[in-house]
Amino acid sequence: MHVHFLDPYRPRRSPVHSLDGRVKLVLALAFIFSVALTPSGAWPVYILLFSLVLCAEVISDLGVRYVLKRSLLAFPFVLAALPVIFTTSGAAALELTLGPWTLAITQPGLERFLSIACKSWISVQAAVVLAASTPFPDLLAAMRAIHVPRLLVAIFSLMWRYLFVLVDEALRLMRARAARSARSADPALKVGGSLAWRARVAGGIAGSLFLRAIERSDRIYMAMVSRGYDGEVRLMPSPGLRPVHWAILLSGLAVLAFLLLAAYLFWA
Amino acid sequence: MHYSPEPLHIPDGFLSVPISILMWVVSALVVSYALRQVNRDMGERQVPLMGVLAAAIFAGQMLNFAVGGGTSGHLMGAALAAILLGPWAAMLVLTTVVGVQALIFQDGGLLVLGANTFNMAVVGVAVATMAYQTALKLSGGRKWGAFAGAFIAAWLSTEIASLAVALQLAISGTSPANIAVPAMAVVHALIGVGEGLITVGAVAFVYAARPDLLQAGEARQEGKSASRGGRAVWVAGLLLALGLAVASPLASSNPDGLEWVAEQGGFLDTARGSLYQVIPDYLLPGISNQTLATILAGVIGVLIVFCVVVGVAYLRRNRQPEESR
Amino acid sequence: MHHSIEVMNLSYSYPDGHQALRGVSLNIQPGEKVALVGPNGAGKSTLILHLNGILAGQGEVRVCGMEARKENFSRLRAMIGMVFQSPEDQLFSPTVYDDVAFGPLYQGLPPDEVRCRVEEALAAVRMSDYASRVSHHLSMGEKKRIAIATVLSMQPEVLVLDEPTAGLDPRSRRSLIRLLDELPMTMLASTHDMLMVRELFPRMVIMDEGRVVADGLTAELMQDVALLEAHGLERPF
Repeated sequence: MHVHFLDPYRPRRSPVHSLDGRVKLVLALAFIFSVALTPSGAWPVYILLFSLVLCAEVISDLGVRYVLKRSLLAFPFVLAALPVIFTTSGAAALELTLGPWTLAITQPGLERFLSIACKSWISVQAAVVLAASTPFPDLLAAMRAIHVPRLLVAIFSLMWRYLFVLVDEALRLMRARAARSARSADPALKVGGSLAWRARVAGGIAGSLFLRAIERSDRIYMAMVSRGYDGEVRLMPSPGLRPVHWAILLSGLAVLAFLLLAAYLFWA
Repeated sequence: MHYSPEPLHIPDGFLSVPISILMWVVSALVVSYALRQVNRDMGERQVPLMGVLAAAIFAGQMLNFAVGGGTSGHLMGAALAAILLGPWAAMLVLTTVVGVQALIFQDGGLLVLGANTFNMAVVGVAVATMAYQTALKLSGGRKWGAFAGAFIAAWLSTEIASLAVALQLAISGTSPANIAVPAMAVVHALIGVGEGLITVGAVAFVYAARPDLLQAGEARQEGKSASRGGRAVWVAGLLLALGLAVASPLASSNPDGLEWVAEQGGFLDTARGSLYQVIPDYLLPGISNQTLATILAGVIGVLIVFCVVVGVAYLRRNRQPEESR
Repeated sequence: MHHSIEVMNLSYSYPDGHQALRGVSLNIQPGEKVALVGPNGAGKSTLILHLNGILAGQGEVRVCGMEARKENFSRLRAMIGMVFQSPEDQLFSPTVYDDVAFGPLYQGLPPDEVRCRVEEALAAVRMSDYASRVSHHLSMGEKKRIAIATVLSMQPEVLVLDEPTAGLDPRSRRSLIRLLDELPMTMLASTHDMLMVRELFPRMVIMDEGRVVADGLTAELMQDVALLEAHGLERPF
């Protein structure tokens, strides 16, 4: 069984895909930063930012539905911000009485909650577009470009290489466990063992995975040493950015700066 | 089958900008130090070992066991990594896991990655190290000490990390402290039990199959603790655990106090501009500027997207005849 | 008396779109020993995974008279013992005893019964001395036998094996074949080992590209060299 469907990268022939990974990473981070800086309640700016990311989704040929679906992953966390509707001080828009308690939904509270939800949603979409349009090796190069330490990038690289191998292994172990998790013909018996036992089994699987990982890393190390590895991480130098990509990077940053400026002038 | 997000991974938009930046700075400093330490301690073995173990933790986070009522327990892995690898390597491994989760799987935001890294890789590992080392010392290095230590380390790392998340949310003004802190604390006290049980199970397995690895892990925590590094982690773990444990009930009972901090700290969010006074509230009778601007933005936005869609469709149609040749 | 395994018009596509099974039908009687052969990618493993509900496709699957539906998976897994290709995936507990005891423990059997089952299962695979050993350290051949024991302890009616002899040296292989010969229950084995097929399995089912292309006596099918070669198989000498 292969878990390659876990990999979010979707190869397409689109301008977004062929855009340099370094530019994409910087733009995505700048975009998310701009979203975060946009004041609460600046709806027009949110709308424009949303339309920007929608454009990216359309141009990248990823499918708007796909991106929106993936972006809903972070949705449950929104509940953490829900109380803000009631606790922010301001003019009450609605009052709910539950028994002895009166909860007031305030307008500023609603505004803040919706702002958080919108910001989060727009940001996630940018991250999805980035991950789905950029192969991981390009992301590694992008990380190097923004001066992430080489050693860390090397660890990322090896993690990625063995990620699917180990996830596969974990899933197969769980499958073997499922295949032996049965109910006998006697209905009186309590199935599943105790919680502690189940946890111990799960822990055994985790420990087993770890052990195999450690031993596998020994073999990998031997292979690396046999090919000259001496501990120092040497990576291929990246080519410089093409002028077109510079232009896209700078104009993207300019648009974001403009939107932010407008947001602060009119809604702060 | 999709990767399911854990309750500790904060998405973008939930932390204020100052907090996000602060957490990035702190995490960057700690991770840099960890890189230097690991470089010194482990030499050449480090890259394959940490890379593959990061993959193992990621895979391990997909493991589950039925807790009851349809819910299942999961593994976060900070404690297990700390026990097997020692604090610095564990921090790097967890940093990689959290980083990949955010970058590739959108499990946790990118701007708040500094905070997520801090909570799981730094707080989680430091607290777990402190608990595990303490248990080992108290038991004189015996087996029961290792197992008890594993459980407590795992539970504590989950719980304290969750308190850190709650406080960050509260200071950012996203979630009031008197709700966030108790909610997080209670939920993760339960989740922590699952984490503890799995961690003990894993340590038991390693103890049975490769006890030398456990000793090596302990050596990395002990032997190098003669140097400043290991001791520092223990102290940091203790301070973090105590600090967060004390700050949380305080914050919880004074949510307004934190609101005040949020207001001050969130000045970028809520600063008042001077232009506001110049333009009147209404340009058209009955329709506020806000509404007007929103409608206008909506129209512009739709137009932009529409043009892009049409343009892309046009280009694709033009490309088609070329491809069919 | 019900069939041990009854598959009717089973089709299945993986999430990435690959159609692995196209209308497979198969009947296996109690006590039969059947070999499932075919090239890699023919769908053998996919078919096997449908038998205890790990995968669910379109069509009907019945095991020991019980329909393979979600409500029944739990019961099914006691009746059909599945031994996976890599014993690494099968052995996930610290000691051999723990692994063999997992099935009965999960079923909720009392400790005495569990111990009894474990001893019987280990005896059946000739590994009674291994109970306290750590699975992690065993050789491939030993792991394969223990893997079978982990399933035997559930006293299944049907034993399904995925590539039982893959990766074994000649001695271990011989030992495993002898073991499979001794086991009395209905058996279905997916394998490339044509010599073992000829020796142990009177009936052979050939699969290719998600379909059953031949189903009959091993002795007869083995003569048809053209058929074998057309589906990526070789006649053993």
